[in-house]
Order: sequence, then structure tokens, then C-alpha cells
Amino acid sequence: MYQVMLWLFVVAALAGGVLMLVLRQPMRVAMALIAVMLSLAAIYAMLGVHVIAVFQVMIYVSAVMVFMVYAIMLMDVRDPSFTHRYSGYLLPGLAGLAALGWVLAYGVGHSHNVLPGTPAAGAFDLQRFSTDFLNEYWLYFELTSVLLLAAVVAAIAILKARRRGNG
Amino acid sequence: MDNTQLLLALSTALFVIGLTGVIIRRNLLVMLMCMELMLNGVVLSVVTLSQRAASTTGAVLVFLVFVVAAAEIAIAVPIVLLLARRKHTLDADAFTDLKG
Repeated sequence: MYQVMLWLFVVAALAGGVLMLVLRQPMRVAMALIAVMLSLAAIYAMLGVHVIAVFQVMIYVSAVMVFMVYAIMLMDVRDPSFTHRYSGYLLPGLAGLAALGWVLAYGVGHSHNVLPGTPAAGAFDLQRFSTDFLNEYWLYFELTSVLLLAAVVAAIAILKARRRGNG
Repeated sequence: MDNTQLLLALSTALFVIGLTGVIIRRNLLVMLMCMELMLNGVVLSVVTLSQRAASTTGAVLVFLVFVVAAAEIAIAVPIVLLLARRKHTLDADAFTDLKG
């Protein structure tokens, strides 16, 4: 049962990714991306990393994608980029996709000797995660708050540039 | 193929699909979403390998990556809106003068 569910979500994530390449309307692409993210959240939950699954749903699907959907709703649907899907790099891009995909698939296929740990590693321990997080990584946590502050200031600066009309 | 290899293969596929989307799609917002897909693929590989190694470091790293991704999108979407306001289009080909 576990294996069937895992394959189901893997196939759902892959299908969402392929749909992102072929769908025309950005809103539908956003919905496909949300489907990919929800499938990944389900995979994280199946791996036993529930904290990451909750983060994935709360930060990515809730915050980031809602922001993106609002940005799409602000756009003009008669824009040529909404009706023509692909740029002039379609054929070189697909050739690169085939080459890079083959190289990476070869690497993954021969990775069983170099993977760390055992396939059935221990379950994720939330208590150990919290202790490690606040004992060892507190500085990085504080630095992310500085980064978010910088992002807010930058967003306000972009807004001001737009208002001045010289952006 | 065990589950780790399956999930690594999925993360590879998501990364390659996202990179292809950035190259071949025309709309700037769609390109931005494909970049998010690439980031999701990399995060999946980090989570899979850290879970296999029974390490908490990967989970901490993923938490920090999520915060950076939120900050990135908070900056990138206003920049895209600014570009769209300037040229009245989201077509990436309209911004070739940015090459310098």
C-alpha cells in the first residue's frame, strides 16, 4: 500500500511538471505547480518528515502561490505571451532537456553504491530537530530574519520606483 | 530501484523540466514558476538524502531554503510587474535590450 501511494504521488508530481510545460494560460500553469507542490508535500509526509510537509503547504502553497496567482490576475490576458506558449529557443531547449535528462538519469541509476545510510533509516525526530535547530543553527535563523527585512525594504523601493515612473 | 533512487529520479526530472520551462516558455511569470519547480526538485533531493542519512541538518537547510524562496518571490514578482508596466507585455523577447 505504501509503495502504491508513493508511486501515485510521484506520477502526480511528474504529470504536474509536464503540464507546466504544455499549458498555455499562466493561471493553469500555477494550478499545475500547486498540484506538484501538494504531491511533494504528500511524499514528505510519507517519508515521515511531517514538519517539512507542513512547511511546504503553509509557505509554498499558501504564501508563495497565492502571491503568484494575484500577480497573474493583475495581468492583461490579451498579451501575446499568453497566446504564444514557446519562445524561439524551443528546439535547443528540448535538445538540452534530452541531454541533461540523460546525464542525470545515468547518475541516479548508478547512485546505489554512493548513497549515504541505509534505505530504511530511522524516523524523523521532531525533538532532536528542534534542539539542533535552536542550539546549533540559531544564527542562521536570525540571519533569515535580516534577509526578510531586506526583502521588505527592497519591495518598498521597487514600489517607489514604480510610483516615480522611472522604474 | 529502491525508494531513495525513485525520489532522486523524481527530483532530477522536476529540475530538468523546470530548467526546460525557463528556456522554452515565453511568459515571464511562467518562467518564474518553472524556477520554483527547479527549487522544489532540489529540495526533494535534500529531504530524501537527509532522511536516508538520519540527519536533522537537511531539515534545517530546507527550512532556511523555504524562507529564502519566499523572499525571492516577494522581490521577483514586483520586478516582473514593473517590467510589464514599462513594456506593456510579459513576453521575454521584448526585453532583449537588457542584454546591454
